[in-house]
Amino acid sequence: MPHDSNTSIEAPPQPTRRRFYVGAVYGLWGLITGALGLTALTYLFIPPKTRRTEEWVNAGDVTKLMPDMPVELFFRRTRVDGWRVLSEQSSAWVVKSPQGAVTAFGAQCTHLGCAYHWDSGNHEFICPCHSSIFSITGEVQSGPAPRPLDRYEAKVENGKLMLGRLRVSEAKEA
Amino acid sequence: MNKRLAAIQQWIDHRTGVATAVHKFLYEEIPASSGWHQVLGSVAAFLFLTQVLTGILLAFNYAPLPGDSYNSLRYILTEVTGGRLMRGLHHWGASAMIIVVVLHMVQVALWGAYKKPRETTWIVGVFLLLITLAFGLTGYLLPWDNRAYWGTTVTIQIMNSAPLLGPYMARLLGGTGAIGVVNFVRFYGLHVLLLPPLTMLLIGVHIYLVRKHGVAPSPGDELLPRRMFYPRQVFIDTVAIFIAFAILFVMAIAVRVPLGQLADPTDISFTPRPEWYFLFLFQLLKLMPGPLEIVGSVILPGLAVLALILLPFYDRGQVVKVTRRTLAFGVVLLAAIGWGGLTAAAVAGTPNEAQELVDYSGPTDWMQLAPEELAGLGYYRQENCNSCHSVAGRGGTLGPDLAYTTTNHRNAAWMIEHFKNPSAVRPGTSMPPIALSSGQMNSLSAFLLKLTPDNARNLFDDTPDFAVQGAMVFEKYVCVNCHKVNGNGTSVGPPLNGVGRRRTRDWVREHFIDPKKLSPGSIMPAYKFTPAELESLTTYLFALPSDSN
Repeated sequence: MPHDSNTSIEAPPQPTRRRFYVGAVYGLWGLITGALGLTALTYLFIPPKTRRTEEWVNAGDVTKLMPDMPVELFFRRTRVDGWRVLSEQSSAWVVKSPQGAVTAFGAQCTHLGCAYHWDSGNHEFICPCHSSIFSITGEVQSGPAPRPLDRYEAKVENGKLMLGRLRVSEAKEA
Repeated sequence: MNKRLAAIQQWIDHRTGVATAVHKFLYEEIPASSGWHQVLGSVAAFLFLTQVLTGILLAFNYAPLPGDSYNSLRYILTEVTGGRLMRGLHHWGASAMIIVVVLHMVQVALWGAYKKPRETTWIVGVFLLLITLAFGLTGYLLPWDNRAYWGTTVTIQIMNSAPLLGPYMARLLGGTGAIGVVNFVRFYGLHVLLLPPLTMLLIGVHIYLVRKHGVAPSPGDELLPRRMFYPRQVFIDTVAIFIAFAILFVMAIAVRVPLGQLADPTDISFTPRPEWYFLFLFQLLKLMPGPLEIVGSVILPGLAVLALILLPFYDRGQVVKVTRRTLAFGVVLLAAIGWGGLTAAAVAGTPNEAQELVDYSGPTDWMQLAPEELAGLGYYRQENCNSCHSVAGRGGTLGPDLAYTTTNHRNAAWMIEHFKNPSAVRPGTSMPPIALSSGQMNSLSAFLLKLTPDNARNLFDDTPDFAVQGAMVFEKYVCVNCHKVNGNGTSVGPPLNGVGRRRTRDWVREHFIDPKKLSPGSIMPAYKFTPAELESLTTYLFALPSDSN
């Protein structure tokens, strides 16, 4: 240590005392970092409480739907986006089975979220991004999609299709 | 293993010099008299770093635009996990910083540590104090509630009234018209972009100067052997920092920081009040009416800052022992008395307004309820229903959980029959009949039917008492026969949402006593409320959302 004055320097503290000082310094800073770090991690990584918007949305008339002919229906739904509640245009691919049951698929491919469409010639859903192909029941036929198409909770009331939450489908075991 | 670690350390140190720098920093020689009185600078630096951390984290969920800022802050407070704690740390951290910076300056002043050759260290310190206050001033606007809006309106007007540079500074802050987006983003820009790096720069200079001149010794120190900064003084500083942190953390958890109503430029009933550390200025302005105002708003504060900056130049004597600096003690004591007196007077003069009672930092589900439903909560409490029933898992366990009333497909008719004669509706039940009037029973059942597992906790925990009491008065006098609240009621009289925008509290109070005097031709009868009824009813009416849907 360069020190040009002629003052002496006090002898360093006794080893036990020094060990106490150093231990306390590390311990207290550990506590401070722990408390702040834990708060920060909670704040950043635990998802916020979501306001539930469990409402059924009217997606339109399904009485005139032809069996096995998927149609993309457009509707407005409210979505909670952080501190905002948005009312936005949304769509679903809706299929009526020959028995009359109505299924509504989420309009995004389960691979990377592109919008897919119905190829009536080949009788399948095809995603233009990476050529994932889904059957009319939403099963993966080929391509990189990891799981079947997502489905909306759906019910038909007086000929109107009511849509609830979009349920994420589960990957089939190979 | 230790050998390998040492080798790694050496490798890094050869290439970066980090270990050497840390060693140099820790093994500084300090005077023998160093100790507990010198911790405040370290604590202030620590608090600043905490503010940086919590500020950055708040910014991750905060949208800096009027309106959105308020909504995003409410989102932080009511939905983000740990958000309330984060804001608490930032809010109380600001206050803590001001306290510690001021105490640090008091210590330096009492010990005369600003004397030659440490004048520049002191002056940089005065600027750091001013920046700390500027942080407080700019951060105050960012919640964009009524307090923020009206407080900042006053700030900018004061700035504008300052001679010479005043109008330019006001223009720099976005102009003096109605406070709007431009003011807001300038305050935000100052608070998060300009002030933090400026503070870091000045703290850097400040610490550099402290190191350059060494820690100020006390007279007589020269003869004693000097100490090393590490580990004894580092330990002392750490303990002080830990105490400050512990207090801050407990404050952030235990003391709720309120959030007012969304900023409303048309709300004439709002009296702005500054943060506690500016209250003395606020009070000073009250003492200086008319042309004298500029004395209190600009001249006196300006002189005080100048006096602080020049302190080392007019107190030029030799450094003497702290116990013999009677004059310094006197001046500090006088300043403390003046500041404390003004602040105390301002606190004593704070009116207990309704706007201070409504805290938007919590859930406000109660505001959506009709008075009839809200009064039901009062009857629920009055009848001690919670000794047998729980709501969303809290309360007695004898009866069913009432948060599921609607999901259990109960309706008002069933419930009222059940209140009157429980065992007739449910044979074998241990519930006693409820002694309420039929109107009160309607109210109670309407309230219970509004409960869902989602809102029940919020309604029970966050409904202010005045609202429940006010709604019960509203029910008792059947105000709903003529007035609309939250869309319920009739339009014989005016709707009561937003009455706070149209009238003052005094007007409303007087109007109850003699309606015809204040609104000639009114068919409203006079009401003789008890003082408690009058208070809770008016507070409740003023707390209603301004626009009913």
